[in-house]
This record gives sequence, C-alpha cells and structure tokens, in this order.
Amino acid sequence: MTDNNKTGLADKLSKGANEGLAWVDARFPLTSNIKTHLTEYYAPKNFNFWYFFGSLALLVLVLQILTGIFLTMHYKPDAELAFGSVEYIMRDVPWGWLIRYMHSTGASMFFVVVYLHMFRGVIYGSYRNPRELIWLFGVAIFLCLMGEAFFGYLLPWGQMSYWGAQVIVNLFSAIPFIGPDVSEWLRGDYLVSDATLNRFFAFHVIALPLVLLGLVAAHLIALHEVGSNNPDGIEIKKLKDPQTGIPLDGIAFHPYYTVKDLVGVTMFLIVFSAIIFFSPEMGGYFLEANNFVPADPFKTPAHIAPVWYFTPYYSILRAVPPFPGLGSFIPPSQFPGVVAMGVSVAIFALMPWLDKSSVKSIRYRGALYKKWLAAFVISFFILGYLGTVPSNIWGQFGSWFGNADRATVVARIFTVVYFLFFILMPWYTKKDNTLPVPERVTGTK
Amino acid sequence: MSDNHNGAPQAGEASQVDLEKRNFLIATTAIGAIGAAAVAIPFVKSMTPSERAKAAGAPVEVDISKIEPGTMMTAEWRGKPVWIINRTEEMTAELPKHNDQLTDPMCEITSQQPGYCKNTGRSIKPNIGVVVGICTHLGCSPTAKLQPGGDMGEKWEGGFFCPCHGSKFDLAGRVYKGSPAPMNLVIPPYKYLSDNTILIGVDTEEKA
Repeated sequence: MTDNNKTGLADKLSKGANEGLAWVDARFPLTSNIKTHLTEYYAPKNFNFWYFFGSLALLVLVLQILTGIFLTMHYKPDAELAFGSVEYIMRDVPWGWLIRYMHSTGASMFFVVVYLHMFRGVIYGSYRNPRELIWLFGVAIFLCLMGEAFFGYLLPWGQMSYWGAQVIVNLFSAIPFIGPDVSEWLRGDYLVSDATLNRFFAFHVIALPLVLLGLVAAHLIALHEVGSNNPDGIEIKKLKDPQTGIPLDGIAFHPYYTVKDLVGVTMFLIVFSAIIFFSPEMGGYFLEANNFVPADPFKTPAHIAPVWYFTPYYSILRAVPPFPGLGSFIPPSQFPGVVAMGVSVAIFALMPWLDKSSVKSIRYRGALYKKWLAAFVISFFILGYLGTVPSNIWGQFGSWFGNADRATVVARIFTVVYFLFFILMPWYTKKDNTLPVPERVTGTK
Repeated sequence: MSDNHNGAPQAGEASQVDLEKRNFLIATTAIGAIGAAAVAIPFVKSMTPSERAKAAGAPVEVDISKIEPGTMMTAEWRGKPVWIINRTEEMTAELPKHNDQLTDPMCEITSQQPGYCKNTGRSIKPNIGVVVGICTHLGCSPTAKLQPGGDMGEKWEGGFFCPCHGSKFDLAGRVYKGSPAPMNLVIPPYKYLSDNTILIGVDTEEKA
C-alpha cells in the first residue's frame, strides 16, 4: 500500500515537472539550449590537462564579479576616502579581508589561467581556420582584462596605484599631435586626481565588465558553432557516425567534461585558497608593498613596477629607445616604445594568418617551430622578470659599450626575439618538417 | 499565375527595386547616424577637466626668500610639483660645461620653456631655476640629487634622477643623453612680483 502511494507521488511529481518544463520550452528555448551547449555539445574525447583553463577562467570571472559586488558595498571612489575605505574593508568589515584578498588574488590568478589558456591555443593551433574568430574574441577578452586590471589597480589609491596610472595615462601623451589632449581627457584633470579615480571606478565596475561578459558570450557562441579543437589539432566533425551524426571522436560536454572540469576546479581552489590564506601578497608580486602607502602626487616611489602580468610588455616599453627627433620639424618622442608595447599585445590577433603550417598541433610540428616557440617562451619570461626590477639591476657595461645598462641590453635582445617569433612565423612554419597527422584522435582507449 | 503567390517576393519582383523608397531609407539612416554621433559629443566633453579642476589650475604665488643657496623647495601648481632651485655660483658655472653630454643643451625644443628662459640656466635669474618636477618620459617625479657624486657615482655633477626609468637631468632640468626621457623638463611660465616672490602660471612680458 505504502509503496503504491510512493510511486503515485513520484509519478505525479515527475509528471508535474515535465509539464512545467514543457510550459517553459513553449516560451523560452531552455531544453534546446541545454542540449546545444551541454548535453549534446560533442567535444573531442582526447582533452588533456591544458583544457582545464578555459572553464577555470570562467570560474575566476564569476568570482571577480561576485567579490567585486561585495567590495563596492564598502569602497569609496573618492581621492580623500579611497585608501581609508580599503583599509576599513581589511580591518573593520566582517570578513572584508577575505573578500578583498579573494578579489586581489583573483586578479592575478585570472591572468595565470588566461595565459595558460592562450598557451594551450598556441601549441595546439586552436587559433587556426575555422577558429579565427574565437581567437580574435579571445584577444579582445585579453585586452579587456588588461584594462580591467589597470583601472582596478588605481582604486586602492596607494602609491603604486597612483604612479602606475600616471605612467600608463602618460603613454597616450606620446601619440603625436593629439597625445597631450588625449591623456588630459582620460584623466579629466591636469594630473591623476579625484576625477581620474572616479571615472576609473566607473570603467572598472560597470563599463568593462559589461563588454567582457559580451565578449565571453561571443567567444563561447563561436566555439560551439565550429566545435572544439583538440591536442591532435584535427577536425572530429569530419568522421561522424552515419546513424546518429555524432562525431566518432566526440563525447557529450555534460556529463563527461563537466565532471572532468570539476577536478580542475578542485585543484585550482586548493592553490587559490593556499595563496589567499598563506601569502595573499605573494611576496610583492600580487600586491606591491608600496601600495600600502597612500598616494602622494609629490613623491614618486624609488622603484615603480607594474604587477607581474604586465611586466613583459612594460619591459618592451622600456627597452625601445626614444626617437631622437628630426631637425626642428619633428620633436624627439618616446612614441616608438609605446607603439612597440601596443603591438606586442595586439600582434597575437594576427596569428591565424601568420601561421602557414600544414598541421595545427605541436605534436606534428617539426623541430624548427619548437625552437622558435621555446625562444618566445624564454623571451616572455625574461622580459617578464626584467619588468619587475630597476633597469640598473645588473650594473653597466664598460665604456666600450657606451656604459649601457646590462639589463636594458638584455631586454632589447629579447624584445627582438619576441617580435621575430611573429614576424618570421610565415617562414618557419612553412619550412618546418611536419609529421603526418592521424585520421582519428590519439591517446584514448 | 497567383498559384504560389503567398506574399513572399518572387524572382521577378526582387529585381524591381523601389529606388524612391531606398533613397528615403538611406537618407533617414544617414541623418539618424549623424544625430547619434552628435549626441556622443556631450558624453566625450563631460570627461574633459571640469570648471572646478580648471579653477584649481590658477597661478600660485611663492615666497622664495627662504631657499638657501644649494637647496630647493617644491611648490604646487595645477597639482604638479614645481621645483624652485637656488643654484650656488659653482652650480651655475658648471651648467655650460657638460653641454656635450646633453640631448638638447641649447633648448631648441621650444615647447619645453617660455622664450624668456631659453638660456643655459633656463631661468630668468641665473641662480633661481623654476622647473616642473615631472619627468618628460612617463610623468614620474624625479628625485633631487643636487650634490655632485654620492650614490649617483663619481661623474655625477648634481641634478635630478628619475627613479621610474632612470632618466637623468642636470640642475637646469636639461636631459642627459641616453635617458629614456626624450626632452628637457618643462619650465612653467612665471614672473617675479618682487625680488623674493614669484608668480607661477603667468608669463613675464617679453621685452622686444
């Protein structure tokens, strides 16, 4: 008797749920979207470790938005009050320190996972035809993220916030003719001031996050249109089951990859928590010591360095010598360094067209490509390191080399290598001895 | 004839373009776009310095009587640090001697100083230098290293060192060769109200 009653109740509930779902589906494409993007989105079955970082980037985005909302409840975007309000969050707001450290650590971890995600795209050729637009949306997301990080870094109104913003806004004044007006317009004042802080707050909490969310949506829509690449760099849609039309090497994103990604999330959260609880400043790399001193427009800190994720580009900016000027017509200018820095980021967007290789994945590329990639990675790390230290860190060469700073000379060499990786790409990818590519994905049983 | 005519344009009809309607649509769209662009102007303008910020940029009067020779003070004009350096006779005498190490010793780049300061000391009076303390590289404020030698090395003749990117300037704010900064420091417009008072932000009338 009781069994029958139970079954009856379960039946009723399940019937009610189905009717409710049908009601929604008649008005909004809920079931069909779940199918398209999760249960019937077929991803290659050979995803490895590198494929964690896309979903992790999404996780960090959600964390940043969530912690950001709660920080805005206590933060004051006012030059008189900003520094104090951050300290207030750290000391007086219940659990405020945790939310703030989650946000500040989240910023750095965002770049960690995004750099690894980009590197995955590079080594497996995920930027190649037909995924050029996914890559371009990705580059736009990266630029947007850099903007978010820059605007957000001014908000605590510490010394490094202030002088970092001063340096970056002044980059625009290097643009010939209109430059000084552009940087005044960006600042809203003759110097970085309350007006600047207030508008950077607006950019950081509303303008860029909206753009970022739109770009992330476009990135995912484009991905689900063409399908995911994989470590073998081959198209799984070429071989489909004739009955079902499902790619032979494809498995449903949900449940297979949602479960796999949960493992990545767990690993990530272990690292993330360890940083928050044991070393939120990461020895000055995530939060710089000078930023615990309130902004002072009259006193530049002895050593200004951006946060670690900007340092490779900052090194390039410092390494490029200024234009010496041409007679009385063209004044000397630091524009070349500014252009080089801009190009060093924007040039990623050209990769789909610079790579002329017949294969996509590094697994089937030859030694030539691997050497260039290694040179690029080494350059990136060395430039990244040099961007964190003063340019006289290694002393000077003797008078035989014009007493040049050793670190500056090294930065110049690796700046050249950095750009050659892109400039010579059409040549070495074509000349490279590639291996034959398999029909089906490898490494799975 | 009208068997399959269900409201959708047929092959024959599609080629017959209503030019009058098309031109009307183009004109409407263009005017709409101009209107939308015009609306952007107030938004762009709203980001320029406000009246309050401009008012804060008014000229400032500074009493320079208490600066001992060989020292300096910092005044604030438009929120920027303005250094007022009282150079000793040795310092002034030293200035022309290192011209060969400078990018622009003769102050040829006119945007960096008013006409009445186009001289070796870049000043109205040879001993009193007035300089905007903002590096022409990327806007940091250089550190004063007025005395020769010290932590700047034996060859240092006194001047300013920018901690951000290592630009070096002499005691007249002229940039040394090899610095990331491309130009000399800016000399603000200023004038003497009396022997001991200067007004920063207002030009001295130049005598013909």
